[in-house]
Amino acid sequence: MFKSRDWSEFVITRIIKLTGYSTIIFVVLIFFFLLNEGFPTFIEVPFASLISDRWYPIEGYYGILPLLIGSLVVTVGATTIAIPVGLCTAIFISEISPRWLRDILKPAVEILGGIPSVVLGFLGIIVLSPYLRVLLNLPTGLSAFTGAVLLAAMSLPTIVSIADDALDAVPRSYRNASLALGATDWQTIWNVTVPAARSGILTAFMLGIGRTIGETMTVMMVTGNAPVLFKGFLSFLYPVRTMTATIAAEMGEVATGSIHYHILFFIGIILFLFSLVINITASAVVFRQHKKVEKILS
Amino acid sequence: MQKFILAGFVFLIWMNGGCINSSGRNDQDISSSTDKYIENKGSDTIVNLALAWAEEYQKSNQDTRVSVTGGGSGTGIAALINGTVDIANASRRMKSEEYENAEANGIEPHEFIIAKDAIAVIVNHANPIDKLTLEQISDIYSGKIRNWSVLGGEDLPIVLLSRETNSGTHVYFLEEVLRLGDKNNPTLFSRDTLLLPSSEGISSEIRLNPNAIGYDGLGYVTPDLKVIAIAKDPGAAYILPTPETVIGNTYPIARDLYMYTNGAPSGAVEEYINWIFTPDAQNIVSELGFIPIVNP
Repeated sequence: MFKSRDWSEFVITRIIKLTGYSTIIFVVLIFFFLLNEGFPTFIEVPFASLISDRWYPIEGYYGILPLLIGSLVVTVGATTIAIPVGLCTAIFISEISPRWLRDILKPAVEILGGIPSVVLGFLGIIVLSPYLRVLLNLPTGLSAFTGAVLLAAMSLPTIVSIADDALDAVPRSYRNASLALGATDWQTIWNVTVPAARSGILTAFMLGIGRTIGETMTVMMVTGNAPVLFKGFLSFLYPVRTMTATIAAEMGEVATGSIHYHILFFIGIILFLFSLVINITASAVVFRQHKKVEKILS
Repeated sequence: MQKFILAGFVFLIWMNGGCINSSGRNDQDISSSTDKYIENKGSDTIVNLALAWAEEYQKSNQDTRVSVTGGGSGTGIAALINGTVDIANASRRMKSEEYENAEANGIEPHEFIIAKDAIAVIVNHANPIDKLTLEQISDIYSGKIRNWSVLGGEDLPIVLLSRETNSGTHVYFLEEVLRLGDKNNPTLFSRDTLLLPSSEGISSEIRLNPNAIGYDGLGYVTPDLKVIAIAKDPGAAYILPTPETVIGNTYPIARDLYMYTNGAPSGAVEEYINWIFTPDAQNIVSELGFIPIVNP
């Protein structure tokens, strides 16, 4: 007997399976498209030219090194600012602040995350950049540092949200046990709660970094887009050019199939691989944590 | 009860969907099949002018729709070569490679000079420098001169501002100023040049930063920016960019603004281009700070 409940269950199961697989299929398709459009770069551009230090595509200079380094510099800078501030904010919101303050702070952080990146870029040009120029006596405020500060502001809500949820998920019994043994509040937080929530906090960091690498509009407006190589620590206070800004600024003008077109897709592949590496690292770390926990509990 | 609520929701959604459909149909009725569409894309220097022209033209020609987009001269020409626009705006001539690409795609670009533009070199109001030779500007932008004190100004580092590489203004500046018009000159922009994505970015940085120097079309220069008088050679007179000096050919860095079509224009596109050479359209050119090619 063919009951209608069996039939609808069959259909729903198939649909859910399909949507699950389709996500994987889309990612794979995107990767193959990038590969298809970007691969001719290896044939058309000699490798020595690719790793040279000048990026000026309208005259045939295709050195992507300044762009790679530019993206890395801004990402590392933003991460250095966002991770400590994010972690401390999350600890404050979840462990230390009174209930009423937590109810104000958590939505405020979410609102910060909702500000469009263009608006932050605009604020960067008009407000932050002149201020930093005067404060640090720089030639110009449009620099990697300005970009890093704004990117940190953008990834902070992600980090705080997820880290806060991770800290919340730690069972009360851990804290109670630690306090019962005579530890102070801070000792409990730093040596018991945070390590217990480690996998969630690491996930938060990785997602924040992932957001930072892919950010386009803000860096295009405030980093100055000058393709220079990083020469020592002080270069952080000078302009850089990121990969994302390069693609955004130049994709419109390329003729389909030209060398410039292929190399822009090649840069897209590199960005894709960066994100992939970060996500795989995050998953591997979390997986190892789970295995350790299972060993302890079993 | 729940089934009743569910049915009610479905009914509401259905009614709203019906509303959207009917209003869409009304729009279709008004815009009949005799409507002409002209797609216009390219130079950010020309975009404000093209928009003003489109608005004025559509006032007296209700059946034509002109759509204008920016993106840079390179973008417009690439779109013409790809066959996706009717008119490409460009603040520079098409290059030979672009002509070859067009031929390969079966496109035959026709060139029209629609206005003239002067490139103004701008600095912050607090900067004491007010005149430079073309060679000095070339040395500044190629990185040979790095401090304002070398030119007689204050002891401050020079911050170079430029448009992005897809901009016709950028290419024109490279050829006529950095390379002083010599095709075999290999000079390039200094690596430290900031490539800002819009004219507004350049204006705003110059307004706020006393170290900065930039260049842009005359139509984009606001009264709070200081324009430098330029001498073609070290002994020549220093000229400021004004409509008189550009039409009189005394200002050294002035250029023609172009529109390209695929083949000789016909139909709505031809009417539009013919209208652009009338005094009405050329008046708009003057109003926006460019220089008309036809004396109105």
